[in-house]
Amino acid sequence: MTDAALQPASDGGAWPGVAWALRRDLRLALRSKAELGVQLLFYTIIVTLFPLGIGADPALLHALASGVLWVAALLASLLSLPRLFAVDFADGTLEQIALSPYPLPALISGKILAHWLTTGAPLALLSPLLALQFGLQGLELAVLALGLLLGTPTLSLLGAVGAALTLGLRAGGALLALLILPLYVPILIFGAGAVEAMRAGLGAGAELSLLAAALLAAGVGAPLAAAAAVRIALD
Amino acid sequence: MNSRLVNWFRYASPASFFPLAGRLAVWFAVAAALLAGVGLWLGLVVAPSDAQQGDAYRIIFIHVPAAWMSMFVYLVMAAWCAMSLTFNARLSAMMAQALAPTGALFTVIALWTGALWGRPAWGTYWAWDARMTSELILLFLYLGYMALRQAIDDPRRADRASAVLALVGVVNVPIIYFSVQWWNTLHQGASVSLTAAPRMATIMLTAMLLMAFAAWFYAIAVTMVRVRAIILERERRTAWAGAFAGAAQ
Amino acid sequence: MSLGDFFAMGGYGFYVWGAYAVTAALIAVEIVAVRARYRAAARLAAQPGDAAR
Repeated sequence: MTDAALQPASDGGAWPGVAWALRRDLRLALRSKAELGVQLLFYTIIVTLFPLGIGADPALLHALASGVLWVAALLASLLSLPRLFAVDFADGTLEQIALSPYPLPALISGKILAHWLTTGAPLALLSPLLALQFGLQGLELAVLALGLLLGTPTLSLLGAVGAALTLGLRAGGALLALLILPLYVPILIFGAGAVEAMRAGLGAGAELSLLAAALLAAGVGAPLAAAAAVRIALD
Repeated sequence: MNSRLVNWFRYASPASFFPLAGRLAVWFAVAAALLAGVGLWLGLVVAPSDAQQGDAYRIIFIHVPAAWMSMFVYLVMAAWCAMSLTFNARLSAMMAQALAPTGALFTVIALWTGALWGRPAWGTYWAWDARMTSELILLFLYLGYMALRQAIDDPRRADRASAVLALVGVVNVPIIYFSVQWWNTLHQGASVSLTAAPRMATIMLTAMLLMAFAAWFYAIAVTMVRVRAIILERERRTAWAGAFAGAAQ
Repeated sequence: MSLGDFFAMGGYGFYVWGAYAVTAALIAVEIVAVRARYRAAARLAAQPGDAAR
């Protein structure tokens, strides 16, 4: 597959790099719309499994809703992560990208943004619909969606580091899960905690602020770590 | 060149560190055994029963040192990882590689002894309290590090990748601990008050400190032996390694 | 305290000795394993191997 846009038009620079990678990855992702649909379907199926496993008692489901919806989001995020680098790595494009004049962290940020726009964001927007099945209402739904909108980019950012570290390894997906899930724990705690706080009638401001803070920190740190990891994998 | 500077980097190569590690292993093993002997004597025989927990509290003499060491070893491991990336040094990476299994073992000991202390002290083997849950996640971090190393064939790529992972992990450990604390205070509903460490008589504190140092010296001793093994494994094609191993046969 | 008391640990013997025994076992396993690893590595290094000498 030739990609004429591989040669950057300008001389390099961080924001043009982000834009370039974002455009490219979005274009590539939108070529296989089926893949995007599959991920949303995966999320839906996992969420549906829980009531099937635990029983349909409304009070129980209402209590479990935040945890289930968030854990399912984590797992769906894990499923889509290898896609971030693996295809480019396999056909040698990643090496070309690393050699380009754009800073690698910027390019990776663009890739992660594209990844989130096609996985985490739709998932966050779908979640209130699924949450209705668990009896969540009104502001609880809003907090769930907002929390996922704030949290899923962080999942993509941290996941990118894991995906870069495990590039090309046989163990692949399971190893990625083992590496990344401990790092996901704070996001899970604050995201689900936000919905729980709303259910309890307290505000979700603290949890959502913490999610926002985590996003900022990851937004700065993760592309740097992922760039280092990509270079390590390419050497 | 300043002679002090030369001395510092003298042991930076695997070949020159190898004999030093051997001597350190012996010294620290002996020291660990002595400290553990005295510590266990004080803790199991001399120290009195606790007013509330009876003799069950005596588990802390291994639980607390193991928990401390599990965290301390991770920090030291991360420090060696940072050094290996900064100086592109093989030996620093080997030290991190050698520390991980011991750190993981201490985590397992902390979890096991914590569970066995939990049952008599507050009625349940596993109470999802903040400290034990964080300890469990720390175990996952250790296992992840070891699994990543294992999965990469090229030793230098394994060094660098696992170093990045360890540094990402060490930055996240306080965040994870904080978030688990947060989670725990919210969900502590029906269960148990977990501030049940006994008031420590001096002799109990002494025994615990002795055991902590014993654990530390034990960790050093085992790590020294393991790093020697790793050095031989990774440097086996060099002349000095062949000569050493040949003479030792 | 008598030997019987020592083993009983005030009724908590199962927990105390369960903790200490498993710890001792794990440490013993680690020591044996690391020494075996060292010996195996030494044996490997002693072999003539490739002609890179």
